[in-house]
Amino acid sequence: MPTLPDDLRLLEAESIAILREVAAAFTRPVMLYSIGKDSGVLLHLARKAFHPSPIPFPLLHVDTGWKFREMIAFRDETVRRLGLRLLVHRNEDGVARGIDPIRSGSALHTRVMKTEALRQALDRHGFDAAIGGARRDEEKSRAKERVFSVRSAAHSWDPRDQRPEPWRLWNTRLAPGESVRVFPLSNWTEMDVWRYVAAERLPVVPLYFAAERPMVRRSGALIMVDDGRLPLNPGEVPEIMRVRFRTLGCYPLSGAIPSDAATVEDILAEMRASRTSERQGRLIDGDEPASMERKKREGYF
Amino acid sequence: MTTPLNSILNSSVTSAAALVAEPAAGRGLLRFLTCGSVDDGKSTLIGRLLHDAGLVPDDQLEQARRDSRGRVETEGDIDVSLLVDGLEAEREQGITIDVAHRFFATGRRSFIVADTPGHEQYTRNMATAASTASLAVLLADARKGLLTQTRRHAIVCSLMGIRHVVLAVNKMDLAGGDEAVFSAIARDFQSFAEPLGFRSVTAIPLSARRGDNVVHPSGAMPWYAGPTLLAHLETAEVGDERTADGPLRFLVEWVNRPDPDFRGLSGTVLSGSLEPGDAVTVWPSGRPARIARVLTFEGDAARARTGDAVTVTLEDAVDAGRGDLLSHPGDAPEVADQFAAHLLWMAEDPLMPGRSYLLRAGSRWVPATVTTLRHALNVETLEHTAAQTLELNAVGLCNLSTAAPLAFDPYTANRDTGSFILVDRYTNRTVGAGMIQHPLRRAANLHPQELAVSAAERADLKRQRPAVLWFTGLSGAGKSTVANRVERLLHALGHHTMMLDGDNVRLGLNRDLGFTDADRVENVRRVGEVAKLMTDAGLIVLCAFIAPFRAEREAVRALLPEGAFLEVFVDTPLEECVRRDPKGLYAKARSGALKNFTGVDSPYEPPIAPELRLDTAAEDADALARRVVEELRRRGIAGA
Repeated sequence: MPTLPDDLRLLEAESIAILREVAAAFTRPVMLYSIGKDSGVLLHLARKAFHPSPIPFPLLHVDTGWKFREMIAFRDETVRRLGLRLLVHRNEDGVARGIDPIRSGSALHTRVMKTEALRQALDRHGFDAAIGGARRDEEKSRAKERVFSVRSAAHSWDPRDQRPEPWRLWNTRLAPGESVRVFPLSNWTEMDVWRYVAAERLPVVPLYFAAERPMVRRSGALIMVDDGRLPLNPGEVPEIMRVRFRTLGCYPLSGAIPSDAATVEDILAEMRASRTSERQGRLIDGDEPASMERKKREGYF
Repeated sequence: MTTPLNSILNSSVTSAAALVAEPAAGRGLLRFLTCGSVDDGKSTLIGRLLHDAGLVPDDQLEQARRDSRGRVETEGDIDVSLLVDGLEAEREQGITIDVAHRFFATGRRSFIVADTPGHEQYTRNMATAASTASLAVLLADARKGLLTQTRRHAIVCSLMGIRHVVLAVNKMDLAGGDEAVFSAIARDFQSFAEPLGFRSVTAIPLSARRGDNVVHPSGAMPWYAGPTLLAHLETAEVGDERTADGPLRFLVEWVNRPDPDFRGLSGTVLSGSLEPGDAVTVWPSGRPARIARVLTFEGDAARARTGDAVTVTLEDAVDAGRGDLLSHPGDAPEVADQFAAHLLWMAEDPLMPGRSYLLRAGSRWVPATVTTLRHALNVETLEHTAAQTLELNAVGLCNLSTAAPLAFDPYTANRDTGSFILVDRYTNRTVGAGMIQHPLRRAANLHPQELAVSAAERADLKRQRPAVLWFTGLSGAGKSTVANRVERLLHALGHHTMMLDGDNVRLGLNRDLGFTDADRVENVRRVGEVAKLMTDAGLIVLCAFIAPFRAEREAVRALLPEGAFLEVFVDTPLEECVRRDPKGLYAKARSGALKNFTGVDSPYEPPIAPELRLDTAAEDADALARRVVEELRRRGIAGA
């Protein structure tokens, strides 16, 4: 059995205990799978938590239709390789209304295709617990999130009225209609995630590694021209650049960073020297002040 | 003051390289919290710590610089508190409401810091952060000295098991950097904290706003020769939160059954270690067993040690499940259904001794009641005071009784097996956090007596199905009137009944109880127990009690078998009850001669889904009584 450094071993055990708690305490749990590195770690932890049983709940991917092609390929390959139960949900109403991240703007696109879509999927299947990979180190309002976070029947979050969580004694009791969001990676950092990916040799989407990619510059960010749907401005010519991504979302909203990091070890070395935060390439966080908090109040993960 | 082990060590953190460094070997992770009164500068201190140690990414720094406009004197300066206060309401009000967790690492150690609110209103959030921390940074404003809230937080930290405290005397710049000011506060704290049992107290004079002695040693206080705050945090010896060398405690979190041939117990080793072949005991049942295998995702393991999440199998088919605790035979936990514990109350609704709450300990849920509130703790003076209830953020020593025996350790021996939370059965809110002191009566000494004749046999002889009919409603609603007629009808049908009436019971069994909320809760609890005994005797029991709180009515329901409790809501509007006022009580209550009167100055919580609702405005008492009997027939309780 490979030996993890002690701090990762304890983080792993804490997360595994949380996943088991979800399986034991709720009737219809689901795990959100967004294909990124955090989701990958979460999936691996779930396999460990219930071994030798299979993961006792399905995975859910809320697909906006604008994910990188490599992400979708990675998702389908992962599901096949591990024999997972995956549900894919898209807000067809949003598709019919022609919502997209470019013409509709990032705020509307995110609300309709991510937040509303998630709420639709949770309601449709009657899930009472949704597990997500959010970490407290990502963003200031996430830093105040509980591990077991109650949502009203309308999926709303009240940051001023959260249940106290002393010790590891989770209060999992819900009133009819209420549901809970669970964040087993709350106490992990970006660095912990990458160290764990390295230690456990977990596969990740190749977009995290540096490669030559066709890029354009948009409002200070490097955006990849992943398919023919990205309209080019007059005179704009995609430039081949050596870049990688620190976070992955909808491709027109995910900024890349110039990088030569081609392996997990390179990424760790690059992060040690980095002066910027993980989410600086995320266009949706900067929509408005306290943007994440407002999205979360409405039911965003 | 205890001198820190490594007294003077300059911080090694100056470059961005430390931003994501792995913790140095040996020191591991330190979980700490910052606490203290409002405006003592907790958020500023953490912001300063991260900022001066070069741990804030450029984009977040830029964001904070933009947000600082209008909040700082010099354009371009940063209000470092903005690096941590994240919620909109917090920024608007300039206060911290909820705990923020921050993660950082230096070349020496990695840290999880919980930035906690200072307002008394949010003490529960501060206590939550303290429950998993091993060190507390307690702030005091140099100009104000020790405030009530500083003392309150020190006491909560001590109760929560924190043994190492840094007294950060902040705003030294505003006190002229005066050594005498610092020494006086440090001395004050030392004498106050003497009984709190801290193993180390390190006082550091600093200015979070200016950065003196936070990361960089300050020239402004040449008389101070101790470490900076960061240097102290990097080197403080706090010991292990989980006890690797303690007795084995393995908590079963989930029963792992991939196929009928495999039954594994998935759980975490909370302390000690276990190996295949070990003889163990399953608690609270006390059944002996032997470990067969220790499974991990990577294969069978030779051993599981403190902190490991594994799955074990037992050699024989021993009954063990979620919530059970495994120990080695010689190192048993306490097993009891009554114990003494410190309770920190976390809800706006005060603690009601006698009310049934849900208690969670480990992964077990069990109904529990505070039987005695032995004393409340004055969190300014540590004095014990007599109390009837605990209000929000109050601490008390209580006796608790649980519906089933629990396996536990004293909190001082093990935070994981010695702690519990209380949850309101009705609102599902977490209302209390408890730290167990010791068992009151070992469950091993108490065995329910096996009775020779069962409740079912007694009922059979009477040719009826026992039940409790609970008539609830306001005073003057007509509860006793209708209940009396129902009993008359049942009697005529040949049923054996008993009527329990509020006034009658209070003249005898419950004559020691008054009308405070706490006494009302106890009143209903006792009546519920009596009614249950009477159903065991085979009777149909009619209870006419206001029973103003849903929680108590639900607790009585929970005492009885499914379908044996019928809530009958005698629904008469308050105006109508006041108009009738058969006993003249409303008149007395309105004149102030009668306190705590339901509907006047004490609340009534109407049933949400009663088995029967009787509208006294629509039908008279006889018609209503016939409707009740019809319902009993429909349910097979009363005969044809």
